Amino acid sequence: MLEVRGINKSFGAVHVLRDVGMKAGTGEVTALVGDNGAGKSTLVKCIGGIYSVDGGEILIDGEPATIHSPRDAAGYGIEIVYQDLALCDNLDIVQNMFLGRERKSGLVLDEPSMEQLAAQTLETLAVRTVATVRQPVSSLSGGQRQTVAIAKAVLWNSRLVILDEPTAALGVQQTAQVLELVRRLADNGLAVILISHNMNDVFAVSDRIAALYLGQMVAQVKTTDVTHAQVVELITSGKSEGIK
Amino acid sequence: MIGTMLGAIKRSPAVPALAGLVVLCTVFSIMRPRFFTAGNLANLTTQGAQITVIAMGLVFVLLLGEIDLSAGFASGVCAGVLAVSLARYHLPWYFSALVAVVTGTLIGFLLGYLVAKIGIPSFVVTLAAFLAFQGVALLLLEEGKNISVREPIIVAIANRNLYPWLGWALGGFGVLAFAAVQFLSAARRRAKGVTAERWQITLTKVIVLAVLTGGIVFVLNEERSANPLFASLKGVPIVVPIVVVLVVLWTFVLRRTAYGRHLYAVGGNREAARRAGINVDRIRISAFVICSTMAAIGGIIAASRANSVDPNTGGSNVLLYAVGAAVIGGTSLFGGKGRVIDAVIGGLVVAVIENGMSLMNYGAGIKYVVTGIVLLLAAGVDALSRKRTDADR
Repeated sequence: MLEVRGINKSFGAVHVLRDVGMKAGTGEVTALVGDNGAGKSTLVKCIGGIYSVDGGEILIDGEPATIHSPRDAAGYGIEIVYQDLALCDNLDIVQNMFLGRERKSGLVLDEPSMEQLAAQTLETLAVRTVATVRQPVSSLSGGQRQTVAIAKAVLWNSRLVILDEPTAALGVQQTAQVLELVRRLADNGLAVILISHNMNDVFAVSDRIAALYLGQMVAQVKTTDVTHAQVVELITSGKSEGIK
Repeated sequence: MIGTMLGAIKRSPAVPALAGLVVLCTVFSIMRPRFFTAGNLANLTTQGAQITVIAMGLVFVLLLGEIDLSAGFASGVCAGVLAVSLARYHLPWYFSALVAVVTGTLIGFLLGYLVAKIGIPSFVVTLAAFLAFQGVALLLLEEGKNISVREPIIVAIANRNLYPWLGWALGGFGVLAFAAVQFLSAARRRAKGVTAERWQITLTKVIVLAVLTGGIVFVLNEERSANPLFASLKGVPIVVPIVVVLVVLWTFVLRRTAYGRHLYAVGGNREAARRAGINVDRIRISAFVICSTMAAIGGIIAASRANSVDPNTGGSNVLLYAVGAAVIGGTSLFGGKGRVIDAVIGGLVVAVIENGMSLMNYGAGIKYVVTGIVLLLAAGVDALSRKRTDADR
């Protein structure tokens, strides 16, 4: 669904991304791995319209797309779930999910229909861990907050969801729940890009692995074709025996 | 049913202030029976009106975690504009009031622009404005003259009363309208199959409002003149329905419009609001605009009550009382939490302390100390409750 070709991005003298190419297919979880500073977040922010690229192109369904702002990205059905979640603690789940894109009837907020849609979305994701969608986000656990952030991304008929380290701050059980949710997104027909440091997570849910090393894409392989050790080698040295 | 009612009561953030209000009123009524007379209660509403209206505006700024220290003198400057326009240029009352309110709006825009676009902390911007507006008030009133306000309609705001029947009619209409809105929206939510308030709770709210409104109208409709044959004095002060209309208006804006939602969002997590595509700068400027505009309305009320404007209108303790009113009512100083009605409840607490202690012949010194302690208490409750929710996670 998404393909990027020859992306270059520099911050001053620092060349962060060098001719990066990557694909993410519908119904697949593509894990984006790489060491700190490899350029994962920068790549994702370029796709999400937070940074503009210096060169290269972004193709959606084979058509070149122009993305200059998060709004543009949302227009193409691209949603990013950030590591720090970006939820408002003082608002409830429904209010957070519709933040900035509220439904209105005339001047007044259309609360019933927003609540209905939020509940439906959580239902399709088979989320049953929250008691009521009118709970303030401040009362939720880390895993539940992650769930709300993901559900928020899915609400907008998105076609590509990018998750930045969704399990970084979670316990074992909550990690399992979130990974299950990530898998379900792909099974529901979305393209998913998962940024992760955790090899267990990567091997648990991903279909493909894309490895960045010092700003260059060093491998894009099927998860079933590689071993744990080979991926670690790609991340740390940029190459591995038997993988081109 | 009792259980759900108690639960709903416990969750309300205004409970400490309301409980305090009941205690204060009881104590003052016992110590000084004159406290609970129609005359004194009418006095209390007009005493508290200016502070309450300014506090309502401050709620918007506090919701963003900002502060406006200049709101008191902004109201003084706007009152000065009103007085000059009336007394020196002999402009009609509606035009003069409009000029005063627009002055407030412009002040708010300037403050908001400096905070949001230039990036100066609101504390510093409004502290500078606090000083500058004192000067502006002096200049407007030509080095401290007192301008009297004689325009009958402006004077009527804080000094005249509604006809008793009109008080009942407006009160009844208000309660019925509230009941209709609450029950209809609950019915609509139920029809859609989403969470709706239980009808028992809605009914309780309506009954409480009806009893309160009825009680207030009844007491204020009592004769409060010492010599009724000579000059009758009864009815709800005109300023009361004005405050009620402002409360309804701003509550609607905060709870029912996307703008209000965005205001809470910016106060809760500015970065999240920005990423959600909300124009954060515009929201921040607008909060200062609303605050200073409300300060201007507060200034008009003050001018009306005193029948005059002097350089100290809106000065001395007005600002601190207003901030105190908002915080005592349950608005958080850390942003993201607060309601317009908080300002009214807190404003009543402040007015009751001021009024009751005057009746007990305490001097200004002890009144300031007590109000200061109450403000600290309220801010302490706010800080502790915030700490607790942080620890929960």
